[in-house]
Amino acid sequence: MSDEPLLVVDDLRVSFSTPDGVVKAVDGVSFTLEPGRTLGIVGESGSGKSVTASTIMGLTNSATASIEGSIRLGGKEIRGASDEDVRRMRGSDMAMVFQDPMSALNPYYTVGRQIGEAYKVHHPGAKKAELRDVAISMMEKVGIPNPVGRSDEFPHQFSGGMRQRIVIAIALVNNPRLLIADEPTTALDVTVQAQILELMKSIQEEFGSAIILITHDLGVIAEVADDVAVMYAGRMVERATAIDLFETPAHPYTWGLMGAVHSLDGSGRGSLRTIPGSPPSLIAVPSGCPFHPRCQFVDRVGSRCSEERPSLHEVPGTSSRSACHLPSETVVELLRAGVSS
Amino acid sequence: MTATEKGVVDRGGGDTPDLVVETRDVTKHFPMRANGLFARSPGLVRAVDGVSVSVRAGQTLGVVGESGCGKSTLARLIMRLLEPTSGSVLVDGVDITHAKGAELRAMRRRMQMVFQDPYSSLNPRHSVGQIIATPLGFQDGHDKSKDKARVQELMNLVGLNPEHYNRYPHEFSGGQRQRIGIARALALGPRVVVADEPVSALDVSIQAQILNLLENLQSNLGLSYVFIAHDLSVVRHIADEVAVMYLGKVVEIGRPVDVYDNTAHPYTKALLSAVPVADPRASSKRQRIVLSGDVPSPVNPPSGCRFRTRCPKAQDLCAAEEPALVDRGHGHPVACHYPE
Repeated sequence: MSDEPLLVVDDLRVSFSTPDGVVKAVDGVSFTLEPGRTLGIVGESGSGKSVTASTIMGLTNSATASIEGSIRLGGKEIRGASDEDVRRMRGSDMAMVFQDPMSALNPYYTVGRQIGEAYKVHHPGAKKAELRDVAISMMEKVGIPNPVGRSDEFPHQFSGGMRQRIVIAIALVNNPRLLIADEPTTALDVTVQAQILELMKSIQEEFGSAIILITHDLGVIAEVADDVAVMYAGRMVERATAIDLFETPAHPYTWGLMGAVHSLDGSGRGSLRTIPGSPPSLIAVPSGCPFHPRCQFVDRVGSRCSEERPSLHEVPGTSSRSACHLPSETVVELLRAGVSS
Repeated sequence: MTATEKGVVDRGGGDTPDLVVETRDVTKHFPMRANGLFARSPGLVRAVDGVSVSVRAGQTLGVVGESGCGKSTLARLIMRLLEPTSGSVLVDGVDITHAKGAELRAMRRRMQMVFQDPYSSLNPRHSVGQIIATPLGFQDGHDKSKDKARVQELMNLVGLNPEHYNRYPHEFSGGQRQRIGIARALALGPRVVVADEPVSALDVSIQAQILNLLENLQSNLGLSYVFIAHDLSVVRHIADEVAVMYLGKVVEIGRPVDVYDNTAHPYTKALLSAVPVADPRASSKRQRIVLSGDVPSPVNPPSGCRFRTRCPKAQDLCAAEEPALVDRGHGHPVACHYPE
């Protein structure tokens, strides 16, 4: 048990019953994460990336959702644990940073009090003065100027980037082993985004936490992630180290996503490569490979794509694992040819 | 079939001036509301403060900047949804700065707008057919019987299935809704389309579809675009000229290759270096300029150069004297005393 990675997610399935049918938000996702590493989960809206994150945090309501599979953090099973147990783990073992810092903070309390409150949950005996000191030192760590004076200010007195620093301070106050950041910079301007990404990197060095970074932005992934998981329609379609993923994307969807990104150096001028159609509804996920109705290689494989669900298999010569019926050498070769043409 | 045969483009007479849109030193100051009945107004929000830009026929002006830099206000000034505090706005050579009533309505058909959020910019209780036909009703001598054919032609043009004429917005995906918004903007055959963050609410794979559509429409219909975005790579992709805004002013303007590859303003440089690049090897090698602090308040902008409070190269001169937007040996105008 002690050799087990910090986080082990095994065949996680989350579905919600709705009047229109069953929404399979996460459908058989497995991955592991080691301390000090950053896993980037990338996907479009509705790919299941946020539900994966909130289920790990124990935030998916088991009354409305059906959750199967296993999530072990530091050897402890989260799925099926009592609310009380999960609450004890939240904050100290795992913490989350959300997209919108304004709605993550309570507008009626000073930021210092909110940071102190998060600390008090796991340190019930802490005195007021101690809470204030903790809040001020956390604000200093996340780079807020004049933390002593500003700890008595309210969220609306801070800019978007500063608010996100406070949310990060709250998440880190109990020194969690796992930090989940769900689109932490999407609501911020690029120059502020750069500041927050730098902060997350330096915090990881200092605290040694493992980070799961959820984003739709491949650029952000390239900046901070060590490993990347690409999700589509609730499934993981490719998993690789960041360098392998960007150099040899092995899944046609990954390749399509990268083609749709315009490069800053202007090399991609002209028509952008697009993925036809739009992501499927999670109520009626296409049979077989969920990407097959939009895939350009479907003709090369034939009916197997619509009949049999591909599993993740290794791509020779890389760290990648890709869920595609075409032999990965063929995909990589075809994609390379596509890039040059 | 060419665009003119389709009757989509209204050339507005034979001798069209080359500049379709021009702003001359345009400013917009919003008074802040006073805190009491007799209190003095606490000041002015200088949202746009002396901007001169122009768009040529069939070309795209990209405007980039962070939130609060005034780019959306500039879009609304060009559309004359706001009246400028000073300066002037010309569309097709006609001064519309203080145009009112029928005169303004007549000009409005030449300029149309595409909005950011395809969810809130379409009326959920109207069918797609009604939404796209709405502008048609404002035409002189409008013939309602021809609406359906025209709407279906427009739907075809933007890549929507014309048979979905009677469907409602909620039945469409985000990308399709943005196509509906574009079809509505094209209904009266405008010369200029002002697009305010038209792709930032969409998924990446859908963004590319919409950008390609906008480019095809431009080459087929000869449209001019004012394209407002915070995403520098999107703007590089689509624009013929790029204006970088900071605190209500243009700090650098030029062709994309000038602004992106021969960057002269320290702000542009910092902005470009902050954009995450989808290449893990390059990002570890890259020199990133992380700007400290936040954008100052537009109520009380810094004296001299507005960027000086965050600029790594600021000197005494920067606080004393405002740099003019002129060519300083880079082949394109830049507003900086000490350009790169």
